[in-house]
Amino acid sequence: MLLIAERINGMFTNVKRAIAEKDKKVIQYLAKKQTEAGAAYLDVNVGTAAADQEGTIQWLVETIQETCSTSLCLDSQKPNVIAAGLKAVNAENGVLLNSTPLNKKSDEEILDKFIEMANQAGPKASIIALTMDKNGVPQDIDTRVAIAAEIVSKAIEKGFDTQRLFIDPIVLPVNVPNAQVQPGNILAAMEQIRYLADPAPHMTIGLSNLSQGATERSLINRVFLAMAMSRGLDSAIADVFDTDLMNVVATTEMLMNKQIYSDSYLKVFASTNK
Amino acid sequence: MPVPEVTDSFTGSVNRITLGATKENGGTRSSTVAVGGAQNVVYGGSTEDAGEKPVVAMDVLDSKPEDWPDALVKPYKDVLDSPGDWAKMCVEEFGAELICIRFEGIHPDKGDKDASHAVKVTEEVLKAVGVPLILWGCGNDEKDNEVMPKVSGAAKGEKCLIGTIKEDNYKSLTAIALADGHFLISEAPLDINIAKQINILASDMGFPLERIVTFQATGALGYGIEYAYSIQERQRIAALSGDKIMAMPVICDVGYESWRAKEAKLEDAPGWGQVKDRGPMWETATAICLLQAGVDIIRMRHPRAVATVKNFISQIWKG
Repeated sequence: MLLIAERINGMFTNVKRAIAEKDKKVIQYLAKKQTEAGAAYLDVNVGTAAADQEGTIQWLVETIQETCSTSLCLDSQKPNVIAAGLKAVNAENGVLLNSTPLNKKSDEEILDKFIEMANQAGPKASIIALTMDKNGVPQDIDTRVAIAAEIVSKAIEKGFDTQRLFIDPIVLPVNVPNAQVQPGNILAAMEQIRYLADPAPHMTIGLSNLSQGATERSLINRVFLAMAMSRGLDSAIADVFDTDLMNVVATTEMLMNKQIYSDSYLKVFASTNK
Repeated sequence: MPVPEVTDSFTGSVNRITLGATKENGGTRSSTVAVGGAQNVVYGGSTEDAGEKPVVAMDVLDSKPEDWPDALVKPYKDVLDSPGDWAKMCVEEFGAELICIRFEGIHPDKGDKDASHAVKVTEEVLKAVGVPLILWGCGNDEKDNEVMPKVSGAAKGEKCLIGTIKEDNYKSLTAIALADGHFLISEAPLDINIAKQINILASDMGFPLERIVTFQATGALGYGIEYAYSIQERQRIAALSGDKIMAMPVICDVGYESWRAKEAKLEDAPGWGQVKDRGPMWETATAICLLQAGVDIIRMRHPRAVATVKNFISQIWKG
């Protein structure tokens, strides 16, 4: 399970403050601790407060890379911000471009642009593509799968290895009115997305979004994660500091025979899940 | 019809280790042996993916064996009570790449010899040959804990492979191997879950995973080889899939296990062919079968079996 650690995000107060005060220590501490907790990638999101998003993502990338060589996941809806981050990133370590929809009203070619950016960054650059198009986020199963299929065929058409593609079926907060049908729809869509390519494209989700505003956040996150892993989910943007969640990942992998059981399997998971 | 390309590629690899220390590295060995490094299954991928070629370690016992069949005694009859000469013969005449001293004579039921005897044998063999050594206890936990730390000390700095540690008896040998700069053999009873657990336990004591070689226990042809085979195969796949706790090179004990088989030594068996041939054949077949699953060091006994297996390895692991 490829875990993308979510904490370096300007939406969190301490990160927001660190960005404003150019305090490297907070960022470098989070990079180190999330890596130790089992993160394969560190998500880097400037949030909404910074006026200069391009400069801020570059500062974050440079700050992290001063003390940490963990792969980075550049997180922005704006291609120019991702492009700015890519200028600073050491793509040799692996980098994820997070994220692009299939297309947008304002930009029909956005997926092509992401593929182009990933190709320029080198063979270790991958893309997170959302099952979302110019009509917005689909609510039903079929449209999700259809968009994923278009994303996969676009990648194949462009000669972009589907192993460098992460499909994100978009998790929405479960406590929003009428949204409770969505987790089930996402799982059903995953069942089909895994067969769109051989080997299957990676799938990822922004897990914490599911429990946004709900009580029992950790419990909701971890139960859904186990369910989704059984449908082929092999990556998630998540809170790697949530020990209960990490134990669920380790146990699910073990039950799916992806890790060999040993009595101390929980203890070694974080250091070996890379 | 073109042959389809079915080769899988993997993200992980088997750890590569170098056994033995020459003078420059603080030891007295004249040669070292590198094993491991495979990045694919046996026969899978390119030649480079195969890593180091497997090696043969020949057994030398600390005390003259009383129960060996004639066919096995014959090649060694003049050296069986002199471990130094025995080791020299294995290296110079039979091409052993490593010598495995098996301290059978310290076992309470097989001579109960003391640590000073074991130390003397170790020093004798170290002096007689320049290849790296494997130092293998008798299997009795209490006696091994008493004797093997002394053996380890006698070979300090030589980067030997010493063992074995088990789930319920690992602390003293792990600590001493760490202090003396040796590599460790972790042993499990044909149980991959326990195999993983022992590696974790040794690692918890600060012993580097990169200095462990795993011994999953061996079954000879007709005596459980399929269990040994499937466990070795599963370990190799786990290593290649990136499981760092199972990424160790592997040792198997083909010599001892093959010569326990009645087919290898029964004299009165018309229709089975001559007994002088059967043992070496049994040992050869067992070794070659396990090589396909992915093993790195094979402990062997009969010179004819060793010659055939070495020839096989040189044909398959080219370059």
